[in-house]
Order: sequence, then structure tokens, then C-alpha cells
Amino acid sequence: MNAEIKNDPENALSNLDLETPERPHLDSNELIINMGPQHPATHGVLRVILRLDGERVLGTECVIGYLHRGVEKIGENRTYTMFNPYVDRMDYVAAVSNGLGYCQAVEKLMNVEAPPRANYIRVILTELNRLASHQLWLGTHALDIGAMTPLFYTFRDREEILKIFEKYCGARLTTHAFRIGGCLYETYAGFEKEIKNYLKYLAPHIDEYEELLTGNRIWLERTKKVGVISGADCIALGVTGPVLRASGVKWDVRKAQPYANYADFDFEIPTGENGDTFDRYLVRMAEMRQSLRIIDQAVNGIPEGPIMARVPKVIKPPVGEIYHSIESPKGELGYFIVSDGSTQPYRLRVRPPSFVNLQALDRMVRGMMVADVVAVIGTIDIVLGEVDR
Amino acid sequence: MTEEPKSPVPPPPDGESKPAPETSKPPVATPAAAPPKPAVSAQPAGPVPVPWASPLAEKYKGRYGSGLEALSYLRQNYLTVNRSLIPGILQLLRDEDHFDYCVDITAVHYPKREKQFDVLWILYSFSRNERVRVKTQIADGESLPSAVPVWATANWLEREVYDMFGIKFDGHPDLKRILLPDGWKGHPLRKDYGILQQDQEWVQINLGIESGQ
Repeated sequence: MNAEIKNDPENALSNLDLETPERPHLDSNELIINMGPQHPATHGVLRVILRLDGERVLGTECVIGYLHRGVEKIGENRTYTMFNPYVDRMDYVAAVSNGLGYCQAVEKLMNVEAPPRANYIRVILTELNRLASHQLWLGTHALDIGAMTPLFYTFRDREEILKIFEKYCGARLTTHAFRIGGCLYETYAGFEKEIKNYLKYLAPHIDEYEELLTGNRIWLERTKKVGVISGADCIALGVTGPVLRASGVKWDVRKAQPYANYADFDFEIPTGENGDTFDRYLVRMAEMRQSLRIIDQAVNGIPEGPIMARVPKVIKPPVGEIYHSIESPKGELGYFIVSDGSTQPYRLRVRPPSFVNLQALDRMVRGMMVADVVAVIGTIDIVLGEVDR
Repeated sequence: MTEEPKSPVPPPPDGESKPAPETSKPPVATPAAAPPKPAVSAQPAGPVPVPWASPLAEKYKGRYGSGLEALSYLRQNYLTVNRSLIPGILQLLRDEDHFDYCVDITAVHYPKREKQFDVLWILYSFSRNERVRVKTQIADGESLPSAVPVWATANWLEREVYDMFGIKFDGHPDLKRILLPDGWKGHPLRKDYGILQQDQEWVQINLGIESGQ
């Protein structure tokens, strides 16, 4: 009887065999789903509107700006010195990098150079900050995917970095560690020793993170071939940082256009091949090891001398404009400053890596599953404070 | 000590005409209190943009002539171009000179100028390891061709310029506000937009509060 009905499409009882070339799936209504802005996996207040076909992502749209504070407008209304702490509030997990970029941009505009000792301190703290940023990224990214343990390990180790920051400048997160012209604070007693101890402590712990994840079957399933982006696409989309390097483009501002005294140090630029979430993970892990190398060389070679260049009390750069960029943990962080010769910038533009990298989300998640969106948002490593500014 | 009357004030900024010329005779009385103002806000004259001499600059000068100026300031190169050159020169820079990475697009507002806005494209070439800025001036209300066909990254960057300055980009696939809410009035990075200013009406309707201040 069943066979009879099946052969007679007029009297078909069910529509289970309606798979035609025009409608290849069963019920394939598109669904618009809203994710965020209050969602733990978006790492802040990011709202993503997903267009779905079942579990598959057809397209996304990011809605951003929930954390917009008008940093660039504030910059125009504060003096150069007063604006310095504000930059820490953009990428608040890498405040030291933000401060370094800003101070160096203003120094370049004023044509002063920080003394060598200040540069060494700057490099040490910036690289420690890169470690802290990558640790936070690893912990939360793994947590999003379902691996809970790395979070405890990374936060345990990040704590030690924050303690060093606190001892150095009194703040753990929004450090305001550098000043235009150099550093305000001299290193504290035992600074070098503490950092050397930390390097010795962290090296085996990075192996430990890798032991938890690199060969982990679930981790591999969730990250391999997920969120693939090619090097050419990265360049077209302006994506920089570990995301670009994981797609095989060997480019790092620290090497291409060295700032501070990065040219003095021996380190490598780790790259990936496949441009997927797993390669981005490997690149960041390798970067942490390279940071250890840089810090190790720097801490053993801190020269004696002043830590502050001769900078006037009232900072008034000559009329002109400057673009200066550094390699923040997220990518190329640039400052474009226009000076009209007064004490306040006429225009202060921040080129935020997170903002530009986030634009690649759509390219990376198309055709993936909903659960992969979470993995990809994590792997881009955005900080919404910097996206929205 | 008496020979060479070394004044304690810092040397005057070079190039500036100082009202009091350098005295050759030794000061007789009260040398310490003599200088009236120690170099009023010793503003260094600062470097000035110099012509940018390079094969690249020559090439574009040869091609576009007077519509283009190639300058260099603090060892950073930029091209100041006429607005009419804009879609073409960006395309050429990418296609022929490998400026394949558009770092940033931004604008600067000069309300007192006739052409109120400077719009800038900051470009980088991986193969040349070189940056260049392309700069053009447009009037308020004037639009620019979108760079999205040249660099995909221009999409959000142009949306931000539109959001903050109200500069429109023709041919942009989805030109709408990006950081501020859709219905917001005003463009905050214009100089006539106060730092405390906000769209009261939007705040009252959408947030249900009298004021966001």
C-alpha cells in the first residue's frame, strides 16, 4: 500500500520527498536571529544579526557602537598630556600598547625621541602586555568553545603580569604607564629579577596551555577549517595582526617598520598556513613564545641613563600631521594626529585594529554553523572598547 | 666670567626675528633680572613639508600635472590631489604600485575654509614596505566616489567617515551610520558640534530620559 502511495504524487501523504533541485532542503525558511549585544560569547556589547538557513549562516551584520564614547572628539578637546590616559580605555586589555602608540605618535610629531632606557622599559612592558592580552584571549576563546580549564590557567598567569604592572605604575589594567617623551616611573627595586622569574615561570606554562588544547580532539574539531580566510582576503579587508599572519602573510609592524627599539631584538614572526581558527590559535601561542624571547633580551640589556627625553612642560607640537602605528596584540594600531600648533590636537584619529578586523567576520562565517560564529568572534580577538571607541 | 655674556635664557628660535638683538657689550648691572620674557612660548618653528622626490611621485606628477602635489613631512609622504582625480588615482596606486592595503580613511574638518573637509586615505604597500597618504579637499555637501571596489576594507571606514562628518560616498553598498544610532541627528566630529552636544530628541524618545548628560 505504501509503495502505491509513494508512486502516486497526487496522493502523497507526506512531503518528505519534496527535495527538488529548486528546494534542495526540507523546510528551508530563512531565519533572522539576533545575537547580543548582551551575550557572553560576544566579548562585550557586540550585536550580530544572523541570517540562517537552519544551522547554517547565510550572512551576518554587525551592529556596533554600544560602547561609543567619542574618544576622538575627546582628544580634540583635551591637551596632549590630558588625553594620554584616555587611550588606555580603548583596548583595555592592552592598555600599555595603546599608550605606547599614542606617546610615540606625539613624540614623532614633536621630533623628540625617548631615551634608550625608556625604550627598553617600554618594550618590556608592551610585550608583557601582549602576553597578558593573548592569555586573556586564550582563556575566553577556549571557554566560548567549551574548554573551561584554560581560563583558570591563563588567568592565574596573567595575574602575575598585572602584579608587575601594579608594582611599576600603580594600576593593573588602565596603566597609563608611559608619558610623552619616555616613562614617568623608574623601575622598582627587583624589577629585572621579577621579570626574569616570570619568564622562567611562564615558559613551561605555555606548554601546559598547549597540552590542554593543541592535540585535543574536541578543540581540533571545533577550530580546524572553521572561519577560513585567505591572505588575499585579509589584505583586501585590511585585516592585520595574528589573523593576517595565520593566513600566511608574514607581516608585523615590529619588523616591517620597527619602532621603539624592536630592531635591536632577535625574534621571529610566526605564521600559519590555512587561515583557520586553529592556525590563529597556533600563531598566537607562538607569538607568546616570541614575546618571551624579546623580554628576555630586553631585560638583560636595560641600559643606564635617563628615562625621559627633554620635553617641555606644555606640549605644543609644531603645525603638521603624523601617522604612527604599532603592532598591538590585535593588529596595526595607528594614530593620525593633526596639530595646529596649539596644546590640543586639531584632529586625533585612531586606527583601531579590532574595528577593521571585525569587518572580516562576515567573510569568515558564511556557510559555517551558528556555533562557529562564537568560535570566530573569539578568534578575531576583538575588544569592543576599541571597536566603538 | 665677564667675557662672553651668556644669557640664561634659551637661544631664540631660529628664523624668528627677535625684538632685542644680541647685545655685544657686557651687561653692567643686574644681569639676572635683565631678560624681560624668557623666549615667550619657545615655539619651535617646526619642519615644513618638502617636495617628495621619488620615482613614484615623479610618475604621478607626470601623469596628472598640476592636479597633484607630492610632499613629504617628517619623512612621511603624501599626495595632495584634486578631488576629480580621486577614483582613478586610488585605483592606480593599488593596481600599478601595489598599495594593496588601505590602512585608514578619515577626514579633518576646517570650518573656516571654503572647502571644508580634508579627506585622507592612508595606504600601505606590502611589497614596497612604504606608506603614502592621499589627501583631497571637498566642500560641505560634496560627495566622493567610494573606494569599496578598490579595497573591501573601505566599507566600514567610509561608513565611519559618513557617521562622524556627514561626507557621502557615491556607490557605497550600504552607507549608513556605524557607531551612532541610525536616527541620530548631527555629525559629531565636525568642529561646530560641541563636545557636550547630543541629539536630545533621540535620547528622549529612545531612552525615555530627559537628557543623557
